[in-house]
Amino acid sequence: MISWLTHPLQYEFFRHGIVAAGLVGATCGLAGVYIVLRKMSYIGHGLSHAVFGGAVVTYVMNWNFYVGAGLWGFFAALLINAVSKKKKIGADAAIGIVTTASFAIGVALISKVRRFTRNFDAALFGNILGVTVQDLWIILAVTVLTALVVTIFYKQFLFTTFDSDVAKIYGVRTDWVDWVFSLVLACVVIASMQVMGVTLIAAAIVVPSITARLLTDSFHKMVIASVIIGLLSGIFGMYLSFYLNVSSGATIVLFGSLIFCISFFYSYAKTLVISRELPAGPSAVDSHEHAHDHGGMLHHHEHLHENADEAHHPDESPREESILTVNKMTCAACVQSIREAIEGLKGVTSVHADLPTRKVRVVYDPRRVSLEEIKGVLGQAGFG
Amino acid sequence: MMEILVEFKNVACGYGDKVIFRGLTLSIFKGVFAGLVGPSGTGKSTLLKSLLGAVPVLEGGIWVAGRRVTRRTPPGVGYVPQTETVDWNFPVTVEQVVLMGLYRRMGWLPWPSRGDRLRVRELLAQLGIGRYAERHIKALSGGEQQRVFLARALAADPDLLVLDEPTAGVDLKTQHGILHLLGELNRRGVTILITTHDLNAVARHLPWVICFNRGVVAQGDPEEVFTSQILSRTYDSEMSVIRQGEVTLVDDSPGSGLHFRKTSHVH
Repeated sequence: MISWLTHPLQYEFFRHGIVAAGLVGATCGLAGVYIVLRKMSYIGHGLSHAVFGGAVVTYVMNWNFYVGAGLWGFFAALLINAVSKKKKIGADAAIGIVTTASFAIGVALISKVRRFTRNFDAALFGNILGVTVQDLWIILAVTVLTALVVTIFYKQFLFTTFDSDVAKIYGVRTDWVDWVFSLVLACVVIASMQVMGVTLIAAAIVVPSITARLLTDSFHKMVIASVIIGLLSGIFGMYLSFYLNVSSGATIVLFGSLIFCISFFYSYAKTLVISRELPAGPSAVDSHEHAHDHGGMLHHHEHLHENADEAHHPDESPREESILTVNKMTCAACVQSIREAIEGLKGVTSVHADLPTRKVRVVYDPRRVSLEEIKGVLGQAGFG
Repeated sequence: MMEILVEFKNVACGYGDKVIFRGLTLSIFKGVFAGLVGPSGTGKSTLLKSLLGAVPVLEGGIWVAGRRVTRRTPPGVGYVPQTETVDWNFPVTVEQVVLMGLYRRMGWLPWPSRGDRLRVRELLAQLGIGRYAERHIKALSGGEQQRVFLARALAADPDLLVLDEPTAGVDLKTQHGILHLLGELNRRGVTILITTHDLNAVARHLPWVICFNRGVVAQGDPEEVFTSQILSRTYDSEMSVIRQGEVTLVDDSPGSGLHFRKTSHVH
């Protein structure tokens, strides 16, 4: 088993490749959480196509690939953001227009000068064998940048992703958040191109976070799970690529998809088990909902049975009676709310509310509930 | 002399080339609990959003607590959006949502302080949903969900609370609970402005209503404002008001022209 893991590590290309794939997988997983929750899953696909155009242009102009493609990608991301804010055109259409046009620029340039063709296979499908030490440093820098940005702006990103309009009203500079996120995303796509290729980056961005969402309802756990799944997909995808002699971009995505399938069936099986365990008939969930639809009825459904028991054995516990004046009891619905609020307390035997006199008579066991608690519950219900 | 908290001076608002209303002059006094009523699409939500800085002001100006409203929401205002706009599947707990309300007060740290968390727990307990702090927002009932967003709006101790349709989509009892809660907050000094479609169950009970249809038609005590004449002008259709002793009821059923064929189900 160990030799299976250690054998490929003797090759430098594999060592570079596995570090690159692991870091890229983790970083795409991290950025992917925000993309998926903003319902812009197509943006990974689109942006990578846009960057392809930038890659060709920088090659033609003889610029540094990372700088040129990076700038191009950043502007494409900003343009997508701006266009998708126009409600007439949805985000998906905006992404489609900006990115396919950009991709077309690349294709047009390539077709004009045919000698480029061979080099752009790598851009389309990834060429992990060609990962240089410089590439590794860039990937590491992007990983660190992404992790830093997501940490420093954690609350801004969370609030903006949850509800951008309301976040702005509560003081978040959502325009800055969009800018920063666009920049980070462009960097992630550029850094991932060498490993994954344009055609597969989308999957690397989207699959780990969708899988993580299946496994947890907690935001920070989703982030952690997405990063781990991305990392493992990168690492094991590389091993699969080595042993099966298949493109690494493809094996990374296929491994990620396998984890998704397993998680999907696991979460489906979990819901089947849970639904079997729920009691039949009027479900606990329903009575819970009914009970809690009104202010202040904190303990209603849990204590229902105990009160019923007490009603059947009234003589066994000491009883005290108090009469409270509730001036805010002004209608029939108030009477109902007050009764339900107080009846929910453990130790209360009976509650009688009289609307005309605004008086409430409570009979209770003073060992189990105090008058203060009864008044407290009334206060929480809005009748204090 | 009552202090003015929100002032609209000759305001026109709209989106792009579509102007929703023009020439709006309105004062909202400190300590008031007012309901904005009127037909859909005539600017109630736009009015709310304009005082939040969320909608461009094309003409005139809006002042909240003496500060002019620009593209940024003035501090001291808590906002509760319509529940339809919420993404219930978003992986976030009740506590996390309410913490968002403290954003302006939180420091540079990316995570909340112990003081922040305590404040949130206190608020949740006051609203009767303390035990749900760690629960996912979709696991709560309609009334409880409404209280979560109310807690978020209250987190930073606002002077003005603005709620868009707070009683929409919940049953009568829950509506009652929400109104009681808002009434209590108003008694503690919070100025409240809500929009509502429900004239009988909600607006009629409020201390102050503003009838709005691309401009203020009338405002005041609903006992005085809810007349057939004013409501018919507000809703652009015939509406009658029935008064019996202390009870006023608006007949807001659909008008003439709506005749459904009745069939007998008894055989």
